[in-house]
Amino acid sequence: MQAPPKTFEAALRDLEGIVEKLETGELSLEEALGAFEEGVSLVRYLEDTLTAVERRIEVLTRDHGGEFQLQVVTEEDEEDQ
Amino acid sequence: MAAPSPWPNRPPVLSVTDLATRIQDSLEADFDEVWVGGEISSLRTPSSGHLYFTLKDQHSQLRAVMFRGYAGLLRFRPEDGLEVVIKGRVSLYTARGDLQLYATTMEPRGLGAQQLALEQLKAALAAEGLFAAERKRLLPFFPRCVGVVTALGGAAIQDILTILYQRCPYLRVIIRSTKVQGVDAGTEIAAAVRDLNDHGEVEVIIVGRGGGSREDLSAFNEEVVARAIAASAVPVVAAVGHEIDLSVADLVADRRAPTPTAAAEMVVPRWEDLRAQVEAGERALVAAVSRLLTVRRNTVTHFGKRLQSPQRQAVTLRRHLSVTTLRLQAAFGRQAERARGRLQGLATALHNLSPLAVLGRGYSLTRTVPEGKRVTDAEKIPPGDQLRRTFAKGEARVRVEEVTP
Repeated sequence: MQAPPKTFEAALRDLEGIVEKLETGELSLEEALGAFEEGVSLVRYLEDTLTAVERRIEVLTRDHGGEFQLQVVTEEDEEDQ
Repeated sequence: MAAPSPWPNRPPVLSVTDLATRIQDSLEADFDEVWVGGEISSLRTPSSGHLYFTLKDQHSQLRAVMFRGYAGLLRFRPEDGLEVVIKGRVSLYTARGDLQLYATTMEPRGLGAQQLALEQLKAALAAEGLFAAERKRLLPFFPRCVGVVTALGGAAIQDILTILYQRCPYLRVIIRSTKVQGVDAGTEIAAAVRDLNDHGEVEVIIVGRGGGSREDLSAFNEEVVARAIAASAVPVVAAVGHEIDLSVADLVADRRAPTPTAAAEMVVPRWEDLRAQVEAGERALVAAVSRLLTVRRNTVTHFGKRLQSPQRQAVTLRRHLSVTTLRLQAAFGRQAERARGRLQGLATALHNLSPLAVLGRGYSLTRTVPEGKRVTDAEKIPPGDQLRRTFAKGEARVRVEEVTP
């Protein structure tokens, strides 16, 4: 299987390319199957990417030593603002 | 006997210093605080930091000096030919006998000092190429982490968060809170842009605040802010919220938005649209492969009927097909379950999806003329060909100048 594509956009484009290739009907059965499998893995990657990141709001600060600190803002804090 | 004095009633003789000092005292008493308007000429700015110039009008001129302590407070750069209004005092520089105007404040005439400073800064940054269209970067298609530089307690942050999460529920937002007005605001904003870059997780940054008066927005006109935005490794959207005057931050940013809300809309796509696009792609994939398999199966059946004797061949083909189908189903996984119920011919669904959402974010669609085929490969479009580009609003007919494979 191919390495997952780097971006969502590229994966969508690749998927479209695979569909078009299948639609020409010129592929052998083996080739078609390979293309299909690649397409399925792209769909999985896309679906995973869609929900890969959870809703999270953080505030970035630096401590006295200049190191970054990330503090998660809870929804209540947010409403207090 | 002494000769009689030629000036019997002569007053006492003064030393030069005495006289100079008396003139000085007299001038300072009468011209302790004057406001004078004129044109700057013969400006000299030695390394001492003091400003030396001549203030003149059509008929007269005066030497003038502005000492470093005052010159450092100027919000604009004085230059020859500039009409200014000066507040100061007049005195005599006794060491050289020069009558001088000692300026303590200076304002350009006509424009306000700040306005002039802004225009000078804009001109300088434009000359450096910081506003050039070639510098503008595309925003990421589907960012997973968005940085926001604004005041945590301000009006903009709520608008931004509301829209971001309305469009995309699965998103990480990192806020770097700063002042957005006041003396240190510009420095803080610049540091915040650098911090988000150094921290390294955000893929795009919104810098802004809600609307305010021109004065309130001055932090976004500071050179430090422009430099920080220009140096940002990730694209920056400015949302300074003032439609009449573009701030320096607006000009140097990769995109500018009239409001924080608009900035949030630019930065993330509608998650629902993306999901629909993925699902349509999945349906099209399943439909295409199903059709292909149906065609092959019919061929096998056909051969099976025609070829009685080499029936084994057909059996082999059939077996191959069933093995293939098994592999296919394994590959389907849960997709197959969902796909089964869906209609055939959904291959077109992918194309039916409105690309407007994508176009709205600065991408465009290129098609050949007159066939209307989508162009994805530059090598397939010979120079001289006409193409049709579709934007979020309207279309353009373009000609291929040069092709870079």
